[in-house]
Amino acid sequence: MEPIKIKGTDDTPQVILDKENTVFEISGRSLPEDVAAFFEPILKWINEYSQDPLGKTVFNFKLEYFNTASSKLILDVLLKLEEMADDGKDVLVRWHYPDDDEDMQEAGEEYADIVEVPFEQVSYSVD
Amino acid sequence: MTGKDKIESLEFVYNFYLKMKDSNVSLAYEGEITHQITKAFTSLTESNMANDEDYSSVQRKVFHVMVECLQNISKHAEPIGNLPVSKDGRGIFMISKSEDEYNVTTGNVVSNDKIEELSEMLDNINSLDKMGLKQLYKQQIREGRLSPKGGAGLGFIDIVRKTGEKLVFDFLSINEDQSFFILISTISRKQR
Repeated sequence: MEPIKIKGTDDTPQVILDKENTVFEISGRSLPEDVAAFFEPILKWINEYSQDPLGKTVFNFKLEYFNTASSKLILDVLLKLEEMADDGKDVLVRWHYPDDDEDMQEAGEEYADIVEVPFEQVSYSVD
Repeated sequence: MTGKDKIESLEFVYNFYLKMKDSNVSLAYEGEITHQITKAFTSLTESNMANDEDYSSVQRKVFHVMVECLQNISKHAEPIGNLPVSKDGRGIFMISKSEDEYNVTTGNVVSNDKIEELSEMLDNINSLDKMGLKQLYKQQIREGRLSPKGGAGLGFIDIVRKTGEKLVFDFLSINEDQSFFILISTISRKQR
């Protein structure tokens, strides 16, 4: 399966979806001009991946910032992962947040409440 | 311009400058709010704030509020009268900073038939406590659809949740069809 590798910019996140190297990650900042268009290939990729996933899928979110329009699309990504988990696949979401960013931590907690998928909160330090 | 016009215009600039200083306005803009403008204003404010002693949580909140406010204008502002419709809405955008707080102010034209819905929504958001806002946010993110313009209907809720401050707003009548919608969001500079 062809990986997706999108370099991050100051308004779009870095995205790596690479089955072969077992890397599934969305990181950085997300406030794209056209949020639906940006996330469309990502959702499509996960859809396809879910047909024949690895034995275990660990999906990492390490976002510094996302706007409310992106928050809706991030939920769509999580809902795809929830579908996989519902299908009996082994899926884990890791939500990374800066240890001084309560809002980002809370955002992770809320997503964990909304979707039924194994969810881990991971804090990291910033200097 | 006649000589008299020019002198008046010089006076206007100086008075405008004094007014801005007086009200601690650090950024004021009127025009189309494009994605490029949103990016430019947020990065400008970020680099200005980087020199301040404000807590990083305060800086993050200011950034959040700015983006949501700018995108509100670009997605929802209506053209005045019969001006040709452009892709991005236009309006005014202002940031001021006092000892205690940042204020982000926006102003844009809305049709009078939207006022009722908009004020009910804002009054409702202002009436909710932390838990109520959390519930409303969750409900809206689950049930809301992304509008054709890419809005998630979460901007105002998010601003109040992040800042913990109520939104101040008003509608000033332009004519029988349209009004000028003014919204002030406040971010406290004291760490909560």
